[in-house]
Parts: sequence; structure tokens; C-alpha cells
Amino acid sequence: MKAKHQRLTLVVVAAVALIGAVLLAMQGLRSQAAYFYQPAALLKADVPPGQPIRLGGLVLPGSIAKAADGVTTRFSVSDGKATVPVTYRGIVPDLFVEGSGVVATGRLDAGGVFVADNLLAKHDENYVPRELGNIDREAVISESETLIK
Amino acid sequence: MIAEAGLAALWLAAALALLQTLAGFGGLGDRLAPLTGALRGIAAAQGLLSLTAFLLLIWLFARTDLSVLLVATNSHVDKPMLYKIAGTWGNHEGSMLLWVTVLALTGGLIALMERKLDARSFAATLGAQGVIALGFYAFLLFSSNPFARLSPPAAMGQGLNPLLQDPGLAFHPPTLYIGYVGLSVAFSFAVGAMLTGKAGPAFARAMRPWVLISWIFLTLGITAGSYWAYYELGWGGWWFWDPVENASLMPWLAATALLHSVSVLAARDALRAWTIMLALTGFAMSMIGTFLVRSGILTSVHAFAVDPERGTFILVLLALYIGGALTLFATRIGSVRQGAPFHLFSREGGLVANNILLSSILAIVLIGTLYPLIAEGLFDEQLSVGPPYFNKTTMPVTLVLMLFLAAGPLLRWRRDGSGSLPRKLLLPAGASVVALVLLMLFAPDAGLLPLLGLIFAAGLAIASLVPLWGRNLLRTPLPIYGMVLAHLGVAVAAAGMASESGFTQERLQAVRYGEEVEVGGWTVQLLGLDPVAGPNWTAIEARVLARKGEGEWILRPQSRNYPSPPMQTNEAALLSRWNGQLYATLGTQDQQSRWQLRLWWKPFVSLIWLGGILIALGGSLALLGRLWRGFRARYTKRVQEGFA
Repeated sequence: MKAKHQRLTLVVVAAVALIGAVLLAMQGLRSQAAYFYQPAALLKADVPPGQPIRLGGLVLPGSIAKAADGVTTRFSVSDGKATVPVTYRGIVPDLFVEGSGVVATGRLDAGGVFVADNLLAKHDENYVPRELGNIDREAVISESETLIK
Repeated sequence: MIAEAGLAALWLAAALALLQTLAGFGGLGDRLAPLTGALRGIAAAQGLLSLTAFLLLIWLFARTDLSVLLVATNSHVDKPMLYKIAGTWGNHEGSMLLWVTVLALTGGLIALMERKLDARSFAATLGAQGVIALGFYAFLLFSSNPFARLSPPAAMGQGLNPLLQDPGLAFHPPTLYIGYVGLSVAFSFAVGAMLTGKAGPAFARAMRPWVLISWIFLTLGITAGSYWAYYELGWGGWWFWDPVENASLMPWLAATALLHSVSVLAARDALRAWTIMLALTGFAMSMIGTFLVRSGILTSVHAFAVDPERGTFILVLLALYIGGALTLFATRIGSVRQGAPFHLFSREGGLVANNILLSSILAIVLIGTLYPLIAEGLFDEQLSVGPPYFNKTTMPVTLVLMLFLAAGPLLRWRRDGSGSLPRKLLLPAGASVVALVLLMLFAPDAGLLPLLGLIFAAGLAIASLVPLWGRNLLRTPLPIYGMVLAHLGVAVAAAGMASESGFTQERLQAVRYGEEVEVGGWTVQLLGLDPVAGPNWTAIEARVLARKGEGEWILRPQSRNYPSPPMQTNEAALLSRWNGQLYATLGTQDQQSRWQLRLWWKPFVSLIWLGGILIALGGSLALLGRLWRGFRARYTKRVQEGFA
């Protein structure tokens, strides 16, 4: 094989492999990327149950309850406009408290309850998850007050 | 005074970096040629000044000088000494200073040690190093000054994020930075080669030790980081496909590919343009990694509050360096002479396959890591890409890569016409079949990927030893042992990953004192809780009894409270046995005075990190072998010249 042909062959093989990788990646992204929603957007969007998504918002004050098994936590996530009920089986993160920001990874079940398999609460007092920057804290608090009344 | 001295050292170092750039690139023409003679001295002095600045910052942290802003915001008078010192690089400014210090010291080392390159390539290489350093000095001095004063001084200091208060911090970031910076050296060599048009075996041999060093440290850094996340986060996982983890994996993938192609270039003078391209890619990945970590642009377990302006600065540097180098590549690569041709069924062919597959994995990881940014920028959609994507896309390619990894080293250079490959692969294939039969008998429901992973790992483990077959083991060169050990390490790590993902058992339960929980053949019992106190934290510590057969062990997972900054962390307790690890974390108490216990039994999980260590050890043997050979060659030459 001539040197020039060899270089060409290598370039073609490499290009085919890389294009293959990109196609594999695109296909994977289409089926596996988890879209992020805040409660109001989630209720508006028509997300099929079982689809992996992420839900972010503030933990509605007064909504945290523990189930009888002692390891399942139920709470609601709110963005001041809507709330979504969440259930999580696991040890809740260190900074998970009422009114704190939370990003949950999981899926909706048939009844519209968000089943979380991972909770990301804010890490330290300086850090607010970037996706939650626009939430109106006052609105969430007033919403929890109306619920209590 | 110390802070001002540090700042002065930094400015001087920056000035010397500018001088180094001029002298280095000046060495290509004639007008500035006189400066080139001073190049070694300039580079060495720059390294020393940068080191001085860094040592002064460590000194400020060790003394907890609260009139320095960085110390006041990241340290605390009550912190243990180890974390005061390690805290120097546990923050943005300090870690960037460490980055540039490693870079400058490496430049100094090249200046003092490099003897293989011709004068022009040497000057151009140091010039490129100067440009890179200059960018980072500008970054430090104009947007991240570590020595800024605070007036009036703080009283106590705000403390360090408790998750970072771990011996891992002392070790993990410097290791990774040496790896990142090593790739910048490869980049500089590649720029030098493009400028002079000399991209032959001499260039490859000069570059190889730096690629090896970089690769060894990246391997160690990733291995250590993975274990750190495993026990410190308390989530039971060892790899989360987090953007910051990917930021260290991507340079490693590029460095692995580069390491193999540079060997082809050194031994057979083939793959010239390819090697240069990989060297550019490797450093681009380092820069992207630095950008992702330092800008905090992606939500990550590592996300510390960082301001976006800094991210922009790094992005501009990235665009300048990589854009410049790619332009150089496009315009100059035609002048780099063609390398030697080879047959595709040969050792070279196998290494090309390795390179292409590694690059494919790199592309997949890069796309997945950056896709959330692209989606937000272009479509205004917020999404995240997590383990399901990465596992599904990278695993198949990795399995194919393992096949080539098993066969490649058994092929001959240039053209393998011997037809001995099937015979050599007989034993590895046998090992795979045995593994398959055993798994079918004892663990039929492990899942497809873990099953394939274990079968391939068994074959690869045997195949990696075959190159030693029929050799005189005492006369086998060290680099061969290095290759064997590193490839064996891949098999070991893969076996650990497959076993962990296929056979892990988990229990999560709220338990009362004395209540028993079963997990993976273990009987676990909560005996009681004790309050304990550390130097700057208090904790509730559980006494957990784990029993299996005759043996009894006590595990002590903790729930810790740090007052400064206020934070609670879970400290996992680990029990290592030869066949796996028992992992326990303590949760919170409920109204019926039950405590949450989360337990995992992870069979052979330690193999993951053992494999990583073996890989790094293999790299070290190869490095030692190369350095020793170079030293001996020089010594022999000198002796012969002495006699002549």
C-alpha cells in the first residue's frame, strides 16, 4: 500500500468511527437525557409516566412527612405557582429542610406522584442550584400558609 | 509583608514567562537568537519564582493570616494543620496558583533536563510553554489574585467546606494538576514540532516521558478521586458521571491514546500528524476540564459558588490556545514529512484501532458532558445527562476496546504474517469460556453487561500476560513489564466494575437497637449510638455489629456536624474483606426512635481501585525503563568519547 493511500485510509476509518460515535451519542441523548422541570412547567408539559426527568423547586414548608417504614419520605416541591407531590426512599441529604431548594432525579408514576431516586439539596449556604435561581421564595411561603389555613 | 512578597514573586514570574516566550519563539528566527542562550536560565527562574509564590501562600494558610482575603474566606483558626495547608489549594485562587506553579516547575525541568531535542525545537517548545504560563499568570493577577488583603482582618475565618476536610484533598487535586499540566508539555512539544517541521522519532522520544508522567498522575488522580467520592459522599457509588469527574476522565482518554501513538512514532516513525493532533486534543481536554471545574457552569457535586467571569477568562484562553494550535496544524501539517507506512494487520494497526476507539469514547463523553450547555444555549431547554446515557453509550465501545487490547500486543510490528495470533489467543479465549461457564452456573441473573464485562476481563487478564510467554524474564525490558502490568490493571479494574454493578446488594431500613438486618450474607445489628467529637466537629456515631459465619466486626458510621461553615455530613463506615466491602451509612432518627441504616455489600469492589493502581504502576515501570535506557546510553557515549 502506498503511503498516501495509507494516510487516506486511516483518515477515512477514523472519520467513520468518530461519526459512528457521534451518532451513538445523539441516539443515547435522545432517549436518556433527563429534562428539568419546575412544578408549574411539569404540570403543563405532558410527560409520560416512567420517563426519567428532574424536578426542582423549594420544599414546601409543612409538607415533609415520613412513612411508617421509617425510610420513605413524602414532601411537596413548589415553585410558588404549583406543587408536585414527591416520594423518596432513602437517606435525605444533609441540608434537606422545609423551604430549602432541592433538585430531584426520578420519574412520575401513574398517579402523578414524582418518585425520586436521588435528591440533591443545596451543598453549602453559598450555593443555590443554578436551575432554581428564578424561584420566588415569598410565593412558596405564602402558598404553604394558604394550605395550612 | 508575606502576601506582598508573594504577589511580587508572581508578577516577576509573569514577566519571565513573557521573556521566555520571546526568547523561545525568537530562537526560530535570527534577530532574537542571542536570547535563546539564556532560555534555560529564564525557564528555571520562572519555575523557582512561581514556587516561591506558592510556598508563601501555604505559609499564609499555615499561620491563618486573616488579613488575607483568601485565608479569611477559606480557612479557620480551629482547623487541623493538615487541612490548613491542604486548604491552600482547596479554593479557586489557590488551586489556580498550584496549576501555574506545576506548569512553571515543569518548564524549569524541561529547561534543565532536556537533551534529546535539536536547539530550534527546544526553543520553540519552551516558547509555547511561556505562552501558556503567561495566560494563567494574567488570569491569576487580573481576576483571581490569591494574595488580596482584607481590611479590617477577619476574627476567625469562615472555614473550609467539610466535604473537603479529608486527607484526599491533600493528594487528589495536586495529582490531577500534574496530569493536566503534563499534557500542556505534550502540547508545547507538538507546537514546537509543527513550527520546525521536525516530528520524527526524536520528537516522540523527547515527549514520551512527559506524556507518561502526565498519564500516571491522571490515572492516580482519577483512582484516588473515585475512592474519595465513594467513601466521602456516602452514596455507595464510585463513579457518578458527574461533569467534574468527566473533566478528569477526558484528558485521561486522550493521554492514553497519545501514549500509544507516541510509542508507535518513537519505535516505527509512523502516525506523525496523528500524534500531534492527539497532543493538541489532550491539552484541549485539560483546558475544558479546568473550565468546567472552575466556572461552576454545570450542576455538579463539586459545584462551589464561583463567579462566571472567571469561566469566561478560561474559555478565552482555551479558544486562543486551541484555536491557535489548530490553525498552526492546518497550515503547517503539510510540511511535516510523511511517516513510515505499515500493514494494517500489525502492531501499528492494533494501536491505531486502540486510538480510534479511545477517541470515540472521548467524543461520546465530551458530547454528553457538554450537551446540557448546548441545549440550554441553543434550545433554551434545561436538561441533564447522567449515568444512563454514559453507561449505555460507552460500555459497548469499551468492550470492543478490550478485545483489541487483548489482541494488539500479540501482533508484530510492521506486518504480522506469522499467523500465530489465533494460537496465542487460545488460552485467553479458554479463560473467557471458563468464566462464562462459572457465571452461568453460579450467577445466571447478573445482567448482560456485567456478564460480558467479567468474561472479557477474564480473557484480557490472561491475554495481557501472553507477551511474557517464552521470554527470558530477567532480560525482558522494563517497559514490556510496564505494558503487561497496565493491561492487567485494565482487566482487574473492569472485573471490579462488572462485579460491583452486577452483584451489589443493598438494604435500607429503619432499625431499633438490637434489630437485625440481612444483606449479602451478612447479619448486621445496630448496637447503640455514641456522641463523639473531633478537632472541629461533633458527631453521632453508630456502633454496628456485622457478622458472617464465625467472624464479627464493628462498623462505626457517623453523622457529623461542623459548626464552621455549618453543615452536616455522613461519614460512611467500610469493612474490607478479600471478596468485597461492606458499606454502612447512618441516616436520621424517626419519631419511633428508629435509626435509618443504609447497607451495601459490594463484592470485589476494591478491584476497581486496585486495577487503577496497577495501571499507574505499569506506567511507572515503563517510565523508569525509558529513563534508565536514556541515562545508560548517555553514560556509554560519554565513556566512549573519553577513550577516543
